[in-house]
Amino acid sequence: MSPADQLQMQSLERSASFKRSFYRFLLFFILGLFALYYIAPMYVMIVTSLKSMEEIRQGNLMTLPREILFDAWKIAWGGRGYDAGDVFLRPYFWNSMKMVIPAVVVSTFFGALNGYALTKWRFKGDNLVFLLFLFGCFIPYQAILLPMARTLGILGISNSIAGLVLVHSVYGLSFTTLFCRNYYVSISDEIVKAARIDGAGFFKIFFKVLLPISGPILVVTVIWQFTNIWNDFLFGSSFSFGEAAPIQVALNNMVLTSTSVKQYNVDMAAAFIAGFPTLVVYIIAGKYFIRGLTAGSVKG
Amino acid sequence: MLNRSLKILAGTLVSAGLIYGTASAAGEAEVLHWWTSGGEAAALKVLKDDFAKNGGTWKDMPVAGGGGDAAMQTLKARIVAGDPPTAAQIKGPSIQEWDDEGVVGPYAIDSVAKAENWDALLSSQVANHMKCDGFSKYCAAPVNIHRIDWFWANKKVLDANGLKMPTSWDEFNAAARKLKAAGIIPLAHGSQPWQDATVFEAVALGIGGNDFYQKAIVDLDMDALGGPTMVKVFDQMRILQGFTDEGSPGRDWNVATGMVMNGKAAFQIMGDWAKGEFTNAKMKPGIDYYCLPTPSDHGYLYNVDSFIFYSMKGESKIEGQKLLASLMMGKNFQKVFNLYKGSIPARLDVPMDEFDMCAKGSAADLNYSAMTGGLLPSFAHGMALRLAQKGAIQDVVTEHFNSDMSSQEAAKRLAKAVKDSM
Amino acid sequence: MFWLQKNLPRIVLAPSFAVLLWFVYGFILWTFYISFTKSKMLPRYEFWGIQQHFRLWDNSRWYTAVENLMIFTVLFLLICLLIGILLSILLDQKIRAEGFLRTIYLYPMALSFIVTGTAWKWILNPTLGIQKLVRDWGFSEFTFDWLVNRDMAIYTIVIAAVWQSSGFVMALFLAGLRSIDDEIIKAAKIDGASLYTIYITIILPMMRPVFMSSIVILLHISIKSYDLVIALTAGGPGTSSDMPAVFMTQMAFHRSEIGLASASAVMMFLTVLAIIVPYLYSELRRQDVTR
Repeated sequence: MSPADQLQMQSLERSASFKRSFYRFLLFFILGLFALYYIAPMYVMIVTSLKSMEEIRQGNLMTLPREILFDAWKIAWGGRGYDAGDVFLRPYFWNSMKMVIPAVVVSTFFGALNGYALTKWRFKGDNLVFLLFLFGCFIPYQAILLPMARTLGILGISNSIAGLVLVHSVYGLSFTTLFCRNYYVSISDEIVKAARIDGAGFFKIFFKVLLPISGPILVVTVIWQFTNIWNDFLFGSSFSFGEAAPIQVALNNMVLTSTSVKQYNVDMAAAFIAGFPTLVVYIIAGKYFIRGLTAGSVKG
Repeated sequence: MLNRSLKILAGTLVSAGLIYGTASAAGEAEVLHWWTSGGEAAALKVLKDDFAKNGGTWKDMPVAGGGGDAAMQTLKARIVAGDPPTAAQIKGPSIQEWDDEGVVGPYAIDSVAKAENWDALLSSQVANHMKCDGFSKYCAAPVNIHRIDWFWANKKVLDANGLKMPTSWDEFNAAARKLKAAGIIPLAHGSQPWQDATVFEAVALGIGGNDFYQKAIVDLDMDALGGPTMVKVFDQMRILQGFTDEGSPGRDWNVATGMVMNGKAAFQIMGDWAKGEFTNAKMKPGIDYYCLPTPSDHGYLYNVDSFIFYSMKGESKIEGQKLLASLMMGKNFQKVFNLYKGSIPARLDVPMDEFDMCAKGSAADLNYSAMTGGLLPSFAHGMALRLAQKGAIQDVVTEHFNSDMSSQEAAKRLAKAVKDSM
Repeated sequence: MFWLQKNLPRIVLAPSFAVLLWFVYGFILWTFYISFTKSKMLPRYEFWGIQQHFRLWDNSRWYTAVENLMIFTVLFLLICLLIGILLSILLDQKIRAEGFLRTIYLYPMALSFIVTGTAWKWILNPTLGIQKLVRDWGFSEFTFDWLVNRDMAIYTIVIAAVWQSSGFVMALFLAGLRSIDDEIIKAAKIDGASLYTIYITIILPMMRPVFMSSIVILLHISIKSYDLVIALTAGGPGTSSDMPAVFMTQMAFHRSEIGLASASAVMMFLTVLAIIVPYLYSELRRQDVTR
């Protein structure tokens, strides 16, 4: 290589590295800009939750608190310590857990089973069946609240956790089936064929061959279901009451007063507390979430 | 041997029956309501405690949201499932509407009402709201009376601008123009459908008069709904809209109250729950703020909160209904409850000396208006009309207030919307 | 035994399918029937005729709601997909803070919109939020009053909805990108293709199924949007930001118009049937062909 060539090479490299760091800067700038968009409302909420009501009433909602107070968070979680009109979140956490966990497990299990049957044991009309499942995604829940209530009433579970688990499992099925079907469709049929030649049956293949490699998609499904069921208000408020109500109903009761004084700081703190379990799920499962969807929906 | 075990079995059954009997005498109640926080919840707590003191078992069923909108989903789901709550926070003509669906009779609490002579304890208007089966039998119990047509005003702001509380809408308009020129928002308002409707009914009562209000908003007379007086009412609404600030659409009512409290705005038209905000900010009526009725010919728009008692199976639940109804109408309960709630008792014979100035004024006006025919049900708060018609009127009112629709057009649409909703 | 083997997949699907038939299709049929009755406060079963559907299409609020749903769906879908794809591609450039950023983008989905709606209402309110802030900085002419502007209010709902849901689309696409073989990109680079061309012509077309998942999720959100509207604008100013789900819920539960509400629900089902099902069907057929 001649010295001239070398020189030219260096300047090329230099301009390339300049270009690279410029792109790098641009990249972070855009990502940061979007992060601002996502954080802004949360900023307002956090700041408000740390203010006193006097300060909020004065109306400068975007500014930092003059004095940081954690009272609102304490009240949102554990109440004011007196009895009258004291709604707080702590007692309702467990109610939501009792509903979310079984509903997520049931809907995920059946979703996986359905996805497996729809892809690895294809039969005539399987696409139509899948389509019928998908249509269930689009049901506006308010439209079917009353027949649902009648059905649960006849079954005798209209006012119980069991009823809520049933409702959430049923309407989750469409989504779990969608996720799992798209995942299994991407897994090579050869694995199943080989197992069949070895004499394995339908369920043995599902439990021994497919489930062990389904970890990622199961996590995805769990996250989706967890978020949706945890955040449900309509069914929760219609099919369970009082002390047995899920946390969203309690949150709603804290936040939505009609003709009484509003405590915005407590409202905001309560929203964060109520959303905390979901955040934990996101963080813990984050890595799997990404890996899971990888195989899941891509290689249709 | 067999005989003996039969005897034991019978004995067990009898004692079980006895235990059940004592339990049923006390009664149980599952109460659907949306009073979940602050003064409202504290007020309801009084009832819960009373109920428990009398041996009853109270199961709380709070569902807040949209002034009872969310609770309606719950209520309908429960009734369709065949398991209605013992009592539910239902008011106005909705009580009769539920009765028409056949889920309220046979009116267990009527015997209590007759025994306690509710007819003598309530004004005839309020009593009629509580009756089912062609207004013959009590099926609901009232707990309070809220007045809707209030002006809430910041006294310092008015004083600084040399203004007094207006006694006519023209006076108000003049005062508002002056305030606006001085850089103060004349009317603090949150333009949500129900708040628009609240202002609208105060204006309809003031501009149209008591008879017009009765004819148009209560009797739904088509000529009155689409007529020239209604056009004038909408004209005044348009003027009022000019007195609000640009941030008004969608604002919560209490934020608007806050604007009056800190002097950014001068007036607000809102029911007497607004008092709670002032009280919480340690402001005093007559000194820091005014609570006076909006201009009208001694009209009074009332909202009576009440609880309906559905048809129940099971002795203990029926006993619970009876106990609850009796307690709700109790003299002491009506006093304590309303001190918390900011309203005045529905019962006529409750002494008012512990109440504040605004409440005393409200009680005095109520009596006067009842005599002169100005005591009228609030449409915006579901006392005047069934739900479909109420909603139809509210849609037009809020559409007009938040657009540049002409008053003539609004009146025409109003008549059509009401007709279509029948 | 052979019969059992052959039909096992169907038998396994049967319980879910039976549940689906009752809870989805049974209830849809119920709604259809109720839309032909005079039901007011509670469902009634005497046949009344097609009047409720006439009443529905004679109601100006319903027209507003349908128009808003169209505006909302198109914008919400496009913007979410755009932001989702953009963010996922950027995050895929081996960013160190990826986990942190990803969680920030996702977190809005976890918060109750009943409360975040209040924060949005403040931010978008001209006298409290962005407009006031910028004016306080000295730009006294700055105006951002969409929330209180009849013609623009629906777009504020889009802004808040995108905020809430675009993170999930980002996650879906990020996952999709991760599954693509690096070799394909390398090979294309050697051929001299620019990064931009590689993404547009090679990578995105490989992600059809991700598009399908995203579209299903986004459409489901837009058709059901209720909380969002109630918390942010309550359908206002006036009734200008009404949406079908809000219309239906109010008619059914707050207005004693269950028959009318059912008629509107039927219209929503038919819309889904007419628009989404053909798309899904063609997508599935395409997938079958490429298998």
